Amino acid sequence: MQFWIVQTFNGVAYGMLLFLLSAGLSLILGMMSIANLAHGAFYLIASYVGYSVVRATSSFPLALGAGALTGLAIGFVTERVFMRRLLGRMHGQVLVSIGIAMIISDVALVVWQGDPVTVRPPALLSRSVNLWVMRFPAYRLFIIASGLLIAVALNLALRRTRLGAVIRASVDNQEMARAMGIDIEKVFMLTFGFGALLAGFAGVMGAPFLSVYPGLDWELLPLTLVVVIVGGIGSINGALVGSLILGLLDNYGRALFPDLFYFTLFVPMIVILAFRPAGLLPRA
Amino acid sequence: MAPGRSRLLGAASSILLLVVLPILLPTYPVFVLTSVLIFAIFAMSLDVLIGYLGYTSFGHAAFFGLGAYAAVLSALRLGHGFWVNLLLGLAAVLLVAMAVGAIALRTSGLPFIMISLALAQALWGLAYRWARVTGGDNGLSVAMRPDVPFLGRLESSRAYYYFVLVVFAMAVAVLGMLVRSPFGLSWRGIRDSEIRMQVLGYHTWLHKYLAYITAAVFGGLAGILNATLTGFVSPETLAVSTSATAIFMVILGGPGTLVGPSLGAGVVVVMRQIVSSVTERWTLVLGIVYVATVMFMPGGLLGTIGRLTFGIGSDAPIPSGPAGAKKGGRTRSGS
Amino acid sequence: MASRHALFSLLLGMLLAGSSPVAAPPHAAAAAGAPTPATSLPPFKVGFYGALTGNFASSGKDMLNGLTLFLKAINYTAGGRKVMVIVDDTAGDPNTALAKARKLIEQDRVDVLVGPTLANEGYAVRNYIDGAKAPSLFPVVSGDDITQRSRTPWIIRTGWTSSQPAHALGKWVFGQGKRRVAIIAYDYAFGWENVGGFQRTFEDAGGQVVQKIWTPQTTSDFAPYFPQLKKEVDGVVVAQSGGNAIRFLQQWQEFGLKGTIPLYGLAAITDEALLKSMGDEAVGLVTVLHWSAALQTPEAQAFVRKFMGEYKDAPGYRAEAGYVTGQVIAKALENTGGKPAGAQGIIAALRAVKIADAPRGPISFDEYGGIVENEYIRRVERVHGELQNTVIATLPNVSQFWTYDPKGFLSKPVYSREYPTCAHCQ
Repeated sequence: MQFWIVQTFNGVAYGMLLFLLSAGLSLILGMMSIANLAHGAFYLIASYVGYSVVRATSSFPLALGAGALTGLAIGFVTERVFMRRLLGRMHGQVLVSIGIAMIISDVALVVWQGDPVTVRPPALLSRSVNLWVMRFPAYRLFIIASGLLIAVALNLALRRTRLGAVIRASVDNQEMARAMGIDIEKVFMLTFGFGALLAGFAGVMGAPFLSVYPGLDWELLPLTLVVVIVGGIGSINGALVGSLILGLLDNYGRALFPDLFYFTLFVPMIVILAFRPAGLLPRA
Repeated sequence: MAPGRSRLLGAASSILLLVVLPILLPTYPVFVLTSVLIFAIFAMSLDVLIGYLGYTSFGHAAFFGLGAYAAVLSALRLGHGFWVNLLLGLAAVLLVAMAVGAIALRTSGLPFIMISLALAQALWGLAYRWARVTGGDNGLSVAMRPDVPFLGRLESSRAYYYFVLVVFAMAVAVLGMLVRSPFGLSWRGIRDSEIRMQVLGYHTWLHKYLAYITAAVFGGLAGILNATLTGFVSPETLAVSTSATAIFMVILGGPGTLVGPSLGAGVVVVMRQIVSSVTERWTLVLGIVYVATVMFMPGGLLGTIGRLTFGIGSDAPIPSGPAGAKKGGRTRSGS
Repeated sequence: MASRHALFSLLLGMLLAGSSPVAAPPHAAAAAGAPTPATSLPPFKVGFYGALTGNFASSGKDMLNGLTLFLKAINYTAGGRKVMVIVDDTAGDPNTALAKARKLIEQDRVDVLVGPTLANEGYAVRNYIDGAKAPSLFPVVSGDDITQRSRTPWIIRTGWTSSQPAHALGKWVFGQGKRRVAIIAYDYAFGWENVGGFQRTFEDAGGQVVQKIWTPQTTSDFAPYFPQLKKEVDGVVVAQSGGNAIRFLQQWQEFGLKGTIPLYGLAAITDEALLKSMGDEAVGLVTVLHWSAALQTPEAQAFVRKFMGEYKDAPGYRAEAGYVTGQVIAKALENTGGKPAGAQGIIAALRAVKIADAPRGPISFDEYGGIVENEYIRRVERVHGELQNTVIATLPNVSQFWTYDPKGFLSKPVYSREYPTCAHCQ
């Protein structure tokens, strides 16, 4: 019984981390349909920046801010200089974003070298908490809490605020939105930037969990793509559900069928997509 | 000069180059050239999906790697010669493509991308884990060059190069015929609007299925040729990076042209070899090249070079920003 | 119009020809700056190929730094002969490694190959090296079979086999009174060979391995595995490296397992390259390797000082391996007066090299191309505020076959997931 409790908890924690990662991509790919394959690279460089900030200042909150800002800055540049000119051209977006990812990851290699590094969570969260029969790291609980908070906040923002309405309108029907006086360029820029900011934030949140090393960006990208597409394109809640499923599948898969590790992840994905091509909770 | 004539001249000079160069070049460049031809086949096979059918696949490496592994296993565990290995390799790819295609083609756009990625990842994971059969992370090594009547075993770099050149020429011929055939035309029709094709009475599903299988088989062929070239196969052949490389080649060269992706393959392979020998920052350089190509050469390499030299158009939809953008911002293809 | 065809064909031709000697200057290092050579022979060319980019970039870089440090110190001259290094990047990919090996041999015509970085790269190039009869030194690749069942006279290790240190740890752990252990290890050849070596000597001495948990290569989260570990054991043996090592130890502590049971580490889990990113979670961990930057011998400390002076960080085993490889090449050139005769001469000269003062201690080679060297049992300690691998025991002159007869050893299968079988697993 304890086995199941522990595995479930872990699955949820890992899933929440994936959600933090994918929330940004869900906005960009899901809502704006921009194939931004540099999302993993945004995460990576923000992770490294967070690492450096923690080393220099020992302040985790500062690192979170720095990571988010890094994401925002890079996202801003990517959108304004490149993606804006490639709307509707998926192949171009794919190639450009991969090119940008390659540039970012090589720059990271030059600056931070190749050895894996890790960020220590703030002392407050470094303890382990007694959860039934197993001790559980407080930091993971923090990730679960943060993920939930962000999910709720995003939902509220999109559904209840004017900005959210504007974003949803722009994505659903550009021309109508334009006709109604909405500045599409600005909306897209904001949304893309915010998606990248989330990636940056996730980068620092995830650093104590996953550590930081070259190649992490390419490892995470397929996972985030799966979450967004299986969860349901254009839906934050879809991304939430998708991440939780992926996190749980990953955990149970590793615990129960260690041999079939990747299979247990991707075969269910294929099955889900075969029956629900639009994902589990697509935007109506 | 009329487009037809210049196209012919362009083809002739390329063929001449491909036939004559290896005689003059030392063995290492010949090896690189062989690699170029193999990846050109790989890229063309993907172009069938991306450029002609309009379905993007992030997992084309699945067939490349599957063909390679099947052929290598046939050589290593069953002791067969090249031709049987080739057959078994292609058969394996065909079977899997038929099975997966049936599922995958029920979707399109982003879900299709995911399924194609999922297949490649699942096979990749299998190659890693089923180590007793696949050698796992270490891969498998076997010498499996073909035995050709009158010429013997094609061990030398040059001999194998010419063999691959012949296969490449045949692939170009077959794929070229296919894309100009009624099938090819219906593929392009599906790319532009599947609904319209259905309304017109086409069995779009069957045509898509054929495209998928064609792409798979030629992708597998490339994988087998590559394993024969290097004498080695490892899970890398199934990795996302391999699929990504193929996508670059297609997009770089210009989707929907066959020739474009071949060119793209040449550029990517050669650039990688050269740049990585000159600087450690080759990833950075390549990244810049990809970005620059998209921003400054919207039709891909062929779009730009083609227009400059041969005046050939492409079979792809005219690439331009506004025309490609659709209302919902949701696209299935288009560059 | 005809000129445009010419332009295109020219461009294509240029691109292709660009991969031939004339157009692509090899990325050569510091042949300039060396004083006038004593002989008029062309430089002795060393072809270095390793992962300088990609996931394993630090490994290749470390190796190269070690090699460069040594060659610089001898002014790129040995036995009166100038030495030149050509550097190529394999990006950690076996296909690229093969292509680079070919380039170095066929195009750059190097005299000896140094590299690659990963086991799968090693296996990918093995057949080619054998066929091309290219003298090769493997500083870091530890795949057992390369100098065992798949050996070739053309490959010599200047590093280790995966099971070499593991044999030593198995014996030592038993000597500490442990009788039952659980193992949690990387599920691929590197992990299997580490585990196999440990299990062999541990069980031959009378111990029992009661559990083997295999974790996939990309494991960011060890949490699923901790609850599976058996509780009634005297110790847990962990074989992880790279980022996994960092995460494992961190999570081991986060889940409250540190200190509850003795932990022993294989697979260079606390190599200096990783140690600098670890904290208190690593203190107390006992590991085994043929090198430690805390080894208190004059040669070791001189090397560490030099390396840190140049590269700031303490040298891990890969950097030390690059350095020793340089030493071996230099010794071979000295022994042959700078003129080893052809490929055969080169490989024979290399194999005959014995070095008494390598940073790691004395080394020599066996007839299979394997290396004979000391193994050190180390414990992670915090000294002057920094973590280090303090050496607590030395096992001298350990060969790749431990104390077993080579022929008997080779008649058994290579260590794998299934071998040795987990006879005592419950």
